[in-house]
Amino acid sequence: MASPKPRVKVPKKASQGEVITIKTLISHPMESGQRKDKKSGELIPRQIINKFTCEFNGQVVFSCDMDPAVSANPYVEFSAKVNEPGTFKFTWVDDDGSVYETEKKIAVE
Amino acid sequence: MTITRRQLFGLTAGAATVLAFNPKMSFAAADETDAAIKAFTGGAEPAAGTVSLDTPEIAENGNTVPVGVSVDSPMTADSFVESVLILADGNPSPAVATFHFTAMSGVAEAKTRIRLAKTQNVIAVAKMNDGSTYIDRKEVKVTIGGCGG
Repeated sequence: MASPKPRVKVPKKASQGEVITIKTLISHPMESGQRKDKKSGELIPRQIINKFTCEFNGQVVFSCDMDPAVSANPYVEFSAKVNEPGTFKFTWVDDDGSVYETEKKIAVE
Repeated sequence: MTITRRQLFGLTAGAATVLAFNPKMSFAAADETDAAIKAFTGGAEPAAGTVSLDTPEIAENGNTVPVGVSVDSPMTADSFVESVLILADGNPSPAVATFHFTAMSGVAEAKTRIRLAKTQNVIAVAKMNDGSTYIDRKEVKVTIGGCGG
């Protein structure tokens, strides 16, 4: 499996107090643990991203616990209120303990 | 046994792709869904309204069903939505996802894409910071199931 690649869409700038929409997607198979290997007939072990967190300047804005019923390449859309310029930090936690991170800056005009 | 189950699910889903279903898969019972709601609300019976689910009426592909949830709340430090639990009562395991909001979220809205095994109810339960809970449920018709394979 290729390393999951996060993609995040955040507006470059916002006016103070504006509520912006953030769209995130990460490439990940989200193996549910329900599927069987077609050849051997054995269950493919579960491997999903179980936690997603978005922080703004170190403070949690939004987080999401995921279960196997979330689709492959999990897509999450949510909003955030921007009162000051800063950095959004996005974190995904895999079942195997890997952590995928990305950051986006936003300016306030 | 195996064949009957397959046929049953195939008919329920109205799909010809019966083979997509895993015969050993056990589907979540309604009481499992109720238990999940109870665990989330702390035993309280959630009221209707305030929270609204946005789901398609018919999902052609159960592997990716867009689901949106929005909660009517001012989202200030005093009054905001703490979390929203999404359940699917016909999946092998009813839990789908839990969104956690904060006062910094601005509005309590989130969207994601989920897997649905068959035609079933999608349920959203919202918990406010004062402890009150609200529920909404919508039926989604699924043409091709989205688990196993």
